[in-house]
Amino acid sequence: MSGNLQVGLTRVMAYGDTLNDGKVQLSFSLPVRYGPEAIEAAKQLAAKMGLEDVDVVCAHDLGGPFTFFIVYGKCRHSVDVTALSVPRIAIDSMGFDELNEFVRAHLDRKIVVVAACTGSDAHTVGIDAIMNMKGFAGEPGLERYSCFEAHNLGAQVPNETLVAEAIRLRADAVLVSQVVTQKNVHIANLTALVDLAEAEGIRDDMIFIVGGPRISHELALELGFDAGFGAGTLPCQVASFIARQVVKNAHRTDAVLPEER
Amino acid sequence: MKLDLDRGIIEECRACARAIADEVVREARAVTTTSIERAVVRLLGVDGVDSSGVPLPNVLVDEFRRANRLAGGAAQAVAELVALGMTPQQVAETAASGELRARWCEDTEGGAEALDAYRTRAALEPYVEAGLARIRASVERRDEFLGLYGHGQEPLLYVIVATGNIYEDVVQAEAAAHAGADIIAVIRSTAQSLLDYVPYGATTEGYGGTFATQENFRIMRRALDEASAATGRYIRLVNYCSGLCMPEIAAMGAFERLDMMLNDSMYGILFRDINLRRTFADQYFSRMINAYADVVINTGEDNYLTTADAVDEAHTVLASQFINEALARRSGLRPDRMGLGHAFEIDPALPNSFLYELAHAQLARDIFPEAPLKYMPPTKHMTGDVFRGYVMNAMFNLVGVTSGQSIQLLGMLTEAIHTPHIQDRYLAVKNAKYVFGAARDLGNEISFAPGGIIQTRAAEVLSKAHAALLRANELGLPGAIAEGMFGGISRRSDQGRGLDGVIERVADYWNPFEDRLRDELGLNPSEGV
Repeated sequence: MSGNLQVGLTRVMAYGDTLNDGKVQLSFSLPVRYGPEAIEAAKQLAAKMGLEDVDVVCAHDLGGPFTFFIVYGKCRHSVDVTALSVPRIAIDSMGFDELNEFVRAHLDRKIVVVAACTGSDAHTVGIDAIMNMKGFAGEPGLERYSCFEAHNLGAQVPNETLVAEAIRLRADAVLVSQVVTQKNVHIANLTALVDLAEAEGIRDDMIFIVGGPRISHELALELGFDAGFGAGTLPCQVASFIARQVVKNAHRTDAVLPEER
Repeated sequence: MKLDLDRGIIEECRACARAIADEVVREARAVTTTSIERAVVRLLGVDGVDSSGVPLPNVLVDEFRRANRLAGGAAQAVAELVALGMTPQQVAETAASGELRARWCEDTEGGAEALDAYRTRAALEPYVEAGLARIRASVERRDEFLGLYGHGQEPLLYVIVATGNIYEDVVQAEAAAHAGADIIAVIRSTAQSLLDYVPYGATTEGYGGTFATQENFRIMRRALDEASAATGRYIRLVNYCSGLCMPEIAAMGAFERLDMMLNDSMYGILFRDINLRRTFADQYFSRMINAYADVVINTGEDNYLTTADAVDEAHTVLASQFINEALARRSGLRPDRMGLGHAFEIDPALPNSFLYELAHAQLARDIFPEAPLKYMPPTKHMTGDVFRGYVMNAMFNLVGVTSGQSIQLLGMLTEAIHTPHIQDRYLAVKNAKYVFGAARDLGNEISFAPGGIIQTRAAEVLSKAHAALLRANELGLPGAIAEGMFGGISRRSDQGRGLDGVIERVADYWNPFEDRLRDELGLNPSEGV
């Protein structure tokens, strides 16, 4: 039967077990003491979210004035998937050997990449996955590529230090990781980095890339970066993006090289 | 001993770790640090901030440093002024007002007034005694609570709060205690470990956590005491005795009855790039304060596995546990106060990953039978799929209860997404209580197949840890760290944050708390000198 379903992409609704049933699950807590009023409050809140036939299947007393709910309902809204336009990085991802060969063929030097977790962020798991020899999910990190000269500055690096190192090492690409996004601390920090790079006159000479579990390409562009990579990104994707950009820029007639300092 | 381990190798590991620790302590005792001296003045009763908000311990110690008095110990300089009729707090206030500098400017010797050392030192004695008495009072109060409510059933349930606002933390901690948590850790604001001062007063702004301040400690302690009375269980409080202010936090925690302190011998060096000499000196003194305050330390070996592979590098966790144990012993900590750390971080895609996790956890239990082992949940392979994450946490809890862990840091299903929401903590407690209850005595019922996967894996990790310790002993711990033995991160002893706060002791250096604590903790006074 499923083979005969007419799935229209112009009015897509959530799918539970029947097309267009709109079924969604959600869970949340309310700062209301456990009891019938708390459950009713959860129902009404869910209704305001656009859910019909709201069913509070589970309500737990969290202690004090807090109750936790698991709720199911029918979401009446739909989305026209055919009308969507999502910015994405066009990466034609190359494999390890192919990429090294690509750079050797097009560039007579190594590509210098400087990476760091900036600001107060101490979570190196993302930057390590991309940079370290060992890499991530069986994919080697940038340090292992012969075509890259990879510098991982580690955690809690001030933007000033990152920019200074990028200038000193004559970086082709600057890679920033932001994992902590509480209270949008990453936005201010990333904006400050771009401002600083502009003030130092290097913004257009280097590729600026940001990565992290809450980072999208769209957000990165908005903040003035060249690319953003989210969760699950493989080192070869970042590597391919950098290599293609650097090679492209190297062949620009108006390419401006960073001044020697 | 479920794993049938080679006792001889374990003994050799311990001997190696002792030799490594002896060398570290010898070097640590040759220096003092600005943070040790600030801890000393805090223990003498100095508290508060100056008119521009700088903590008085910083003001005073900076003033001593300018006058070139730190190499002899801040206590000596304070004692000379106390002998003239001031209290230590008044000495600090004099430093804040600039009077102290004016007075010392007239005296090129930097305040070495013509009083004999014996008399000046005796003048400080009441303040030393008062500081120690304050710590003892905290210990007695905790013992009363434990007598009243009992010690709780292991594995104890450990959860974190991290709102940035101490009052909001209190609300979440109370909810967690109500749900069944035994231990509340207040995560510090990101990067507090790199501040060379301890912020002051109650705070309501922080990123990824809440500032550790003495007032915040007090607020949370009061709330947890109330939660203890309400739940009939003693709810323990944890904070971070780490970073550039490690000894000061130890002193503040001792005063405010923190029950556990995160305190690892190498964490700051490896993961915060804090200078190695600074860290070892700070830690040596901090752990003596922790020991006197009867605090359980939590070491941080789990962190290695966040940067290195949990199977390939499992032996570095064990090697580090041996080193942490040996160093803690040098500071007078009892084995049952050493919460040695490890973690459940093996890639779940690896076949038999559960068996390897069980082997590693049981290995720690068999080798450190008295230690209140701290077991850390999966983080590296948590993806944002909360449903899968919840199952992984259940597997982690099953290993914890089966292998007899003492402190189970509960995994959050939203790990890798955000700091825990209030229901995340509740669900984590429910998960642990279900698994711990369902498998309560499983560990006593099972034995491992001789020569099977689990025993073989445990023997292999022990053997590799043994080799690593031999190598570390050969290189010295600083050499092993420079080689990147732990967490795959390399640090050098002449680099890193806080090195400028390390000062060579002069021959008549005096730290009355170090002397008294060595005495009270039964440590050999000449050891390491």
